[in-house]
Amino acid sequence: MSDAPTREFRFAVNVLPRPGILDPQGRAVEQSLPHLAIHAVSAVRVGRRIELSVAAPDEPSARAVVERLASELLSNPLIEGYTVEAVAAASSVRSDDGGASATPAEAAG
Amino acid sequence: MTRIGVVVFPGSNCDRDTLHAISLAGADPVALWHESPDLGGVAAVVLPGGFAYGDYLRAGVIARFSPVMRSVADFAAAGGLVLGICNGFQVLAEAGLVPGALLRNRSLRFVSREVSILPERLDTPFTRALPIRRPLRMPVAHGEGCFFADAAQLDELERAGQVLFRYVDAEGRPAGDPDHPANPNGSLRGIAGVVNGRGNVAGLMPHPERAAEAVLGSDDGMWLIRSLVESAAASAAASAATSAAGPR
Repeated sequence: MSDAPTREFRFAVNVLPRPGILDPQGRAVEQSLPHLAIHAVSAVRVGRRIELSVAAPDEPSARAVVERLASELLSNPLIEGYTVEAVAAASSVRSDDGGASATPAEAAG
Repeated sequence: MTRIGVVVFPGSNCDRDTLHAISLAGADPVALWHESPDLGGVAAVVLPGGFAYGDYLRAGVIARFSPVMRSVADFAAAGGLVLGICNGFQVLAEAGLVPGALLRNRSLRFVSREVSILPERLDTPFTRALPIRRPLRMPVAHGEGCFFADAAQLDELERAGQVLFRYVDAEGRPAGDPDHPANPNGSLRGIAGVVNGRGNVAGLMPHPERAAEAVLGSDDGMWLIRSLVESAAASAAASAATSAAGPR
């Protein structure tokens, strides 16, 4: 174990079905749209977002841990792809406004 | 007597039926706890159905990293016989011990009903006891059983004879179309079970252990269990002969 000082880095991993793979959940969402009188939405893909903190000496080594976790556990490379993004706040969802909106950083990005 | 292990994960729920079916087939069933890497010298391992570790994240993925699975992977790499049933198939697929992936059922519904599957080959350790190639009736019960591999992988599986079972209709015709009524989950090319390239690790979604006695409505599943027991007995005898003949 290294004694190098560590900081906490927070990330989000977004996992989505690969293009071309049938996504029955996305299809179910699309099929519900007429009930909401929404007709302009298509190509819905349902995935999963995992947020986590990593203690590491620097951002690249923290990101390397997340990449390994994402490829070996959080996604199945046969059927899913993923992206890793740095997250500023403890959570990208705020609770003070009902938890429905993104952080300013994410909304801007 | 041939000893056959059945792994018990937290959330396994077909382990007892599987142990029972193995003893009906004349072997000595051994429960293997997921936290122990010790396979107890068994001649074959079965990963039973259920919801290992709650199936959180993706069915089978957490189980894949359990201590027992490291031993199962080593056992398989050494040529040991491994059969994954339903959730056990999902664990094997997540571990990369059999090809493909099991997606959410195309209907999004959990399906629990009887299906017919046709073995593609009778020359495998998992089908060898079957006298003729005919449809076998047994139940499925799963939410994530839609077999997926990309088109090139599917072609390669077919070419290499790695498709072990396909869903078929009552007349034995393949339910290759994902929307075919006899295809319970939308599996591509109607694939219900596959075997690895070496032929010693197989997985299938239907439950042979739930069709192991006539009183259950079908005993077709016993052909698979009996095949596994025969194959395990043969491999145990072979390895005993090797170690007896060896220098030691």
